[in-house]
Amino acid sequence: MSDIDYGKITRDGLWKNNPALVQVLGMCPLLAVSGSVVNAMALGAATIGVLALSNIAVSLIRNSTTDAVRLPIFVMIIAAFTTCIEFLMNAFTHELYLILGIFIPLITTNCIVLGRAESFASKHSLPAAALDGFMMGAGFTAVLVALGAIRELIGTGGIFANMHLLFGDIALNWHLQLIPEYKGFLVAILPPGAFLVLGLLMALKNIIDAQQAAKAAARKQKVAAGSRRVRTTGAIS
Amino acid sequence: MALLNVTSPHLHKPGNTGAFMRQVIYATVPGIAVLTHFFGWGTLINTVLAVLTALACEAAILKIRQKPIAFYLNDYSAVVTALLLALAIPPSSPWWLTVVGTSFAIVVAKHLYGGLGMNPFNPAMIGYVLLLISFPKEMTTWLPASGVTASTEALNLLQSLQLVFTGQISGVDAFSGATPLDTFRTYAGQPEVLDTNAVLHGLMAGYGWEWVNVAFLLGGIYLIWRRIITWHIPVAMLAAIFFLSGFFNTAVDADNYGSILFHLLSGGTMLGAFFIATDPVTAATSAKGKLVYGAGIGILVYVIRSWGGYPDAVAFSVLLMNLAAPTIDYYTQPRTYGHSKPNKGLAKRS
Repeated sequence: MSDIDYGKITRDGLWKNNPALVQVLGMCPLLAVSGSVVNAMALGAATIGVLALSNIAVSLIRNSTTDAVRLPIFVMIIAAFTTCIEFLMNAFTHELYLILGIFIPLITTNCIVLGRAESFASKHSLPAAALDGFMMGAGFTAVLVALGAIRELIGTGGIFANMHLLFGDIALNWHLQLIPEYKGFLVAILPPGAFLVLGLLMALKNIIDAQQAAKAAARKQKVAAGSRRVRTTGAIS
Repeated sequence: MALLNVTSPHLHKPGNTGAFMRQVIYATVPGIAVLTHFFGWGTLINTVLAVLTALACEAAILKIRQKPIAFYLNDYSAVVTALLLALAIPPSSPWWLTVVGTSFAIVVAKHLYGGLGMNPFNPAMIGYVLLLISFPKEMTTWLPASGVTASTEALNLLQSLQLVFTGQISGVDAFSGATPLDTFRTYAGQPEVLDTNAVLHGLMAGYGWEWVNVAFLLGGIYLIWRRIITWHIPVAMLAAIFFLSGFFNTAVDADNYGSILFHLLSGGTMLGAFFIATDPVTAATSAKGKLVYGAGIGILVYVIRSWGGYPDAVAFSVLLMNLAAPTIDYYTQPRTYGHSKPNKGLAKRS
């Protein structure tokens, strides 16, 4: 298959078919772990890893699995990679591992991972599947981090707290308290805030898409107006 | 006699949203007066702040949505939302609390759902709950009612302004006091404290708050008399509280469960029953539906007050029953003349 459009795969994952904003998959970790930037980045990175690796593995064995057993096999593969990532996080970012808790093993059941394995990786060659897994994960992570940043900012008046848990001692003073003596707008940190901000992000994406579509339509119009066809109907200006 | 052949609604007199909403505003006057008497000018300052914020937010959103601004501002619905929210939050609360709550109520709870008539949840109560879960300390700090002890006086205008805009009063150290519901909750099961605590012993129920509730009751009766609201929701809600508190207070344990009058005349009971639960947009519509809806709110208020995590529960109860209102409407649709009952039992496929 040489007619794979890698640009389209990238655009799909990051924007047009974004797993969080358009497919609305993987809501459980998205809503639960996006309370701060550091949590969001850590879970996002873990999800990218699992998605890309499982897509690669599924793509490699796609011709030797039969339809009847494909789902259990996919889940086994995903669970194996999730376990690897979990051990890695336990070893290198132990405190984050404790904070994220159940949501790391839960990546196994994240609909995005199984969804991409089933609908994309099992039908495409290795490079396409790898790119798709990575881009879908990146799109998910982007939304996760945006959500985390907005919620942390509104909820605590600052951003990038505890980043050293992920990046080590270099990040010890990355925390920016933008508004001193902020009272703490708790609702943004609590679950309702996740739903509210996610809804607003989806609305923002729709606004941008609508504007892009209007611009594209306007461009088309201009070309039509500039054509040399003789107008036979309508008002003559 | 000529037979008029017109379609519903068959109104007795002309009216518009603005006229109805203005009647609601007039009906809150006794309540505002009593709150001001017991807690100082904070209530009025909150009201002014909330109304200004609501009008500004409403105008801004209407502009963005390209709707006629003057037309919608004239329906007074934003003013009523702001007023109800301002009456619910403590008079000692800082100015930004009122502004945040009101703008969230108007922008998110009302306009993001499509504006007046489209919102599934009572905007004032959404604003209140947002503040309550975000700023629990500010939202549960009430002033002591004036006269509860010999030395307690209501704040004067200057002190109230200081408290709202700077968070402290020069020359005064302590100015917070628990409400009767708070006090009862804290000391439930300790009759020796309950019997002597002045906060709990006004003329009929909790000191100060009994008159606040009586004032809102009078305003509510005015609304029923002017046919702005019907009797169904308040009566059902108050009856539910009456029977539940009566049963638990007399038959179960008087030290752990407050008396009937205590529950009817404490916290937001009357304000909730007549002004908040009766919001025509978010409540159930048919007479039978309103009875179910009101009783549901009353039961929830009593349950949350007695066994829940918060001292008062009108806002949560109203929001929960808002959620149930479409289902209640579905099962309580009145029978149309000449047709069989529309919906019975589980939803049928047709």
